[in-house]
Amino acid sequence: MADSPENKSSSLPETAAKPSNPAANPAQATPPARGASAKRAERAMTGSMSPIAPKNFGYEEARHLLWRAGFGGTPVQIQTLASWGPQKAVEYVIDPANAPGDRPRADLFDKNIMREPTAEERKAYQAARQRQDEDALAKFRVEQQRRQGQDRQQIGEVQRWWLKRMIETPRPLEEKMVLFWHGHFATSYRNIENSFHMFIQNELFRKNALGNFGDLLYGIIRDPAMLKYLNNDTSRKGKANENLAREIMELFSLGIGGYTENDIKEGARSLTGYTFKDDTFVFEKNNHDGGSKTILGRTGAFDGDAFVKIILEQPGVSRFITRKLYHNFCAELPPLERADYNDLPAPQQAALRDLSAAFSSSKYELKPVLRRLFLSQHFYDDKIMNEQIKSPTQLVVGAVRSLDTPVRDLSILNDALDLMGQNLLFPPSVKGWDGGRSWINTSTMFVRQNIMAFLLTGKKPRGYDANADEMKYDPMPLLSEMAKANPGSEKDPAAVADYLLRLTIGSAPQQSKEALASLSAKVGGGVSRELVIGYLLLITAMPEYQLC
Amino acid sequence: MDLHNSPAFTRRKFLYGGLTLASTAWTIPAFLGSSADAMAGMMADGLSSTPGVDEDRILVVVQLGGGNDGLNTVIPYGMDAYYKARAGIGVRQNEVLKLTEADGIGLHTRMTALKELYDNGMASVIQGVGYPNPDRSHFKSMDIWQTGDRDATGDGWLGRYIDNECCGYGKGESGKPDGSKKPAAGPMTAIDPPIAIGRTAPLALQGRATKPVSFESADLFRWSGEDIHDALKEPYHDLNRRGASGGGDSNADFLMRTALDAQISSDKIRKAVAQKSLVNYPGNELGRQLQMVGAMIRAGLKTRVYYVTLGGFDTHSGQGGAQGRHGNLLANFADSIKAFYADLKAQGNDSRVLTMSFSEFGRRVAQNASGGTDHGTAAPMFLFGPMVRPGVIGNHPSLTDLDQGDLKYLIDFRSVYAGVLEQWLKADSKQVLGASHKPVIVLKNA
Repeated sequence: MADSPENKSSSLPETAAKPSNPAANPAQATPPARGASAKRAERAMTGSMSPIAPKNFGYEEARHLLWRAGFGGTPVQIQTLASWGPQKAVEYVIDPANAPGDRPRADLFDKNIMREPTAEERKAYQAARQRQDEDALAKFRVEQQRRQGQDRQQIGEVQRWWLKRMIETPRPLEEKMVLFWHGHFATSYRNIENSFHMFIQNELFRKNALGNFGDLLYGIIRDPAMLKYLNNDTSRKGKANENLAREIMELFSLGIGGYTENDIKEGARSLTGYTFKDDTFVFEKNNHDGGSKTILGRTGAFDGDAFVKIILEQPGVSRFITRKLYHNFCAELPPLERADYNDLPAPQQAALRDLSAAFSSSKYELKPVLRRLFLSQHFYDDKIMNEQIKSPTQLVVGAVRSLDTPVRDLSILNDALDLMGQNLLFPPSVKGWDGGRSWINTSTMFVRQNIMAFLLTGKKPRGYDANADEMKYDPMPLLSEMAKANPGSEKDPAAVADYLLRLTIGSAPQQSKEALASLSAKVGGGVSRELVIGYLLLITAMPEYQLC
Repeated sequence: MDLHNSPAFTRRKFLYGGLTLASTAWTIPAFLGSSADAMAGMMADGLSSTPGVDEDRILVVVQLGGGNDGLNTVIPYGMDAYYKARAGIGVRQNEVLKLTEADGIGLHTRMTALKELYDNGMASVIQGVGYPNPDRSHFKSMDIWQTGDRDATGDGWLGRYIDNECCGYGKGESGKPDGSKKPAAGPMTAIDPPIAIGRTAPLALQGRATKPVSFESADLFRWSGEDIHDALKEPYHDLNRRGASGGGDSNADFLMRTALDAQISSDKIRKAVAQKSLVNYPGNELGRQLQMVGAMIRAGLKTRVYYVTLGGFDTHSGQGGAQGRHGNLLANFADSIKAFYADLKAQGNDSRVLTMSFSEFGRRVAQNASGGTDHGTAAPMFLFGPMVRPGVIGNHPSLTDLDQGDLKYLIDFRSVYAGVLEQWLKADSKQVLGASHKPVIVLKNA
């Protein structure tokens, strides 16, 4: 899978548009110190969901929007969105106007590696067993092992393909939502051992990424990977497996407290016979329990679709999903098992109620609720900005995209995600990744710092061959915006340090300025490629760089 | 919100005092239970751990990756069927290292070092270990062994052990996809995360709260940016040793503290392994890893679980008999374990360390046409240390009553885990394993 940095597309203009918005402040060499929001710092958190005023939407706010609704932005992208003002910027993020619709092709991966044995093969195997033909059985076994090995190769390819897609996509919010749904409807290759099914599921998430949550819930009960992962593929009348019914209510839609154990039992009955053949959903009528069930107060001869329909009629769905979206895009919340908000600070309660109402009144359309969040004053509150711990994927994809580094070796990036605790397509359990502080420990801290050193310099982490990736990273274009705004400033090491700090961590604390100044003094010779990379090495190793 | 206005420590203060204690004092009370901070606990001498648990006890797990051929490791030289099935690779009777008090059972020719440990009462051989309905995929079977779960779901069994010690999580509560009980209320106890030598930490050490530390060489447990330019070193250290001011609880404070902890841990571990060992270790992969573990134990790290790996056991062809490829691996294994215990003894730490070895499966009874063996089922496990119940535990599986050409297991591996958990680590094996498994008696005085 070849990758070249040139492929990284960004449909934003190459140069910043003429600013129409004074708050964008492109005339300054460095962005304003939190612009208008600096004044907000002393105030309590706002729960206002009213749209942010254009005068309050500047460089910092545009940068925040790009990080949270995507994987960060380059200086040009930040300036452009800032100059557009909040309405246009948010609309762009949600619906990138000229982003090409390059849907992945269905034949990207081999769907036959783990195909089920044919009737003849099964017969031959049974016959070999019956006559205790050890040689023939050994052949079957070797063939099975060969296929498993090949499929494990392919799951690696799927992982790298997706990672590359996140890096290159002109619609970052879409891929971010795919990642969100992957964590929400967490399914692990480890338990299903079918890479093609993982790919199909990934595509299901992409197709509905910013669509309608209801469609997605109907889709997931037909998804081979999920049916296998939660054992519904073998669930039949009289022997209903409750796993899928339980998780649909507990983890996927309502949260603990929104249903009873009896609802699970009855829901499981309604899902019997929902299974798959090869790569497609099938409803096995003979295995389906067609009897009457009572679910969440309704009685009827429900099937799996009726079960989902009844769930979607519950007001708890809107609260539960909104809460999870908020947790993902806005601010970390306590464990998500509960759908009520009563344990949260008042401004957050207000924000969540507002979003939940919006989600509900749009009948689970995702774009309206996200638009409302991204436009709100609350979203740009000082206590919300720069307070989210980047997931490993966010860290790596965000660095490549926002600093415009070479993509380098996707296998190494993928390995690093695993080392940092986010092995894509291998979530630790059906609950997905815990996120937040659970990403961070002494071991992952070094991996986080070192993978940045690899992206910036090509120096491979230990354990790989010692040859550095020779592809040179040119960081100088990062400075073009400051040069344009204030010619000459790009030649001043202190101004460049300040500018890069604001670009990467959103502020320029005194100690970091001092540390960068000491590097500049040692390296000498003014602003050079070497110095800028040195600056970035130090900045990306700062604890603050783990936040966005 | 501004973290940077009142830096609690300058570099000068770092150099002149209180670094370790300061870091710990900030970290532990605010963040008990997070692994990063548990790591910092390691730095504070005398920090107490879970009451009632002997924190001096250490478990070292040796993974023999690829599926070790159990039949050519612990050899049933008394069974004719062995020689019938293995005309080419069978180890001749006179080359087997016969085990006393075990009729017709002996060790592979190249395991003289292990025979010595056995004769000194420092090794137990547990025969015929496996699990029901065996899976012959490396991937899946390794996951089964590492999770302790026949479906290979959920977290690692040792991760869960530490979860259980620190945070009161039981098995279903630590990530099995069959529901999600809430973690028990109450304070969490700081416990040092397990350490794996290797590029990635094995699943066995992953818990819901427990995140292992892993590094291939201690030199990796550091910032690689230092190597790029000398001038980066000092500013990097300044930035990462700031610590957080005053013990705030924002994410930024948490990151500052963890960054500081990482620096201290890195210093300590790298210093530990830089020491010259008290004995010579063999130069093989396992010897190198055990040497590092020995050094960390000697340096007084409070880590309770270490994990090392020796690969290459997937001997489908040309595995050899008394000599050859498989024999070389067994010699590496035996020699490394012997050196490890010599080192621990010289340190005075041998009675604190129990070592357990396993492989994801054994191999088929009959050799194949390529002078090797294909994936099989049950195989022996080893336990080492002066405290283990010495000798042979259990019977050798029959070589004639087979399941499709494979051995039928006699002891479930989770019974061995249960024995180690209950008797050595003093843990509730039912909580950790999620089911009752009758513990194998693994200790002399259990």
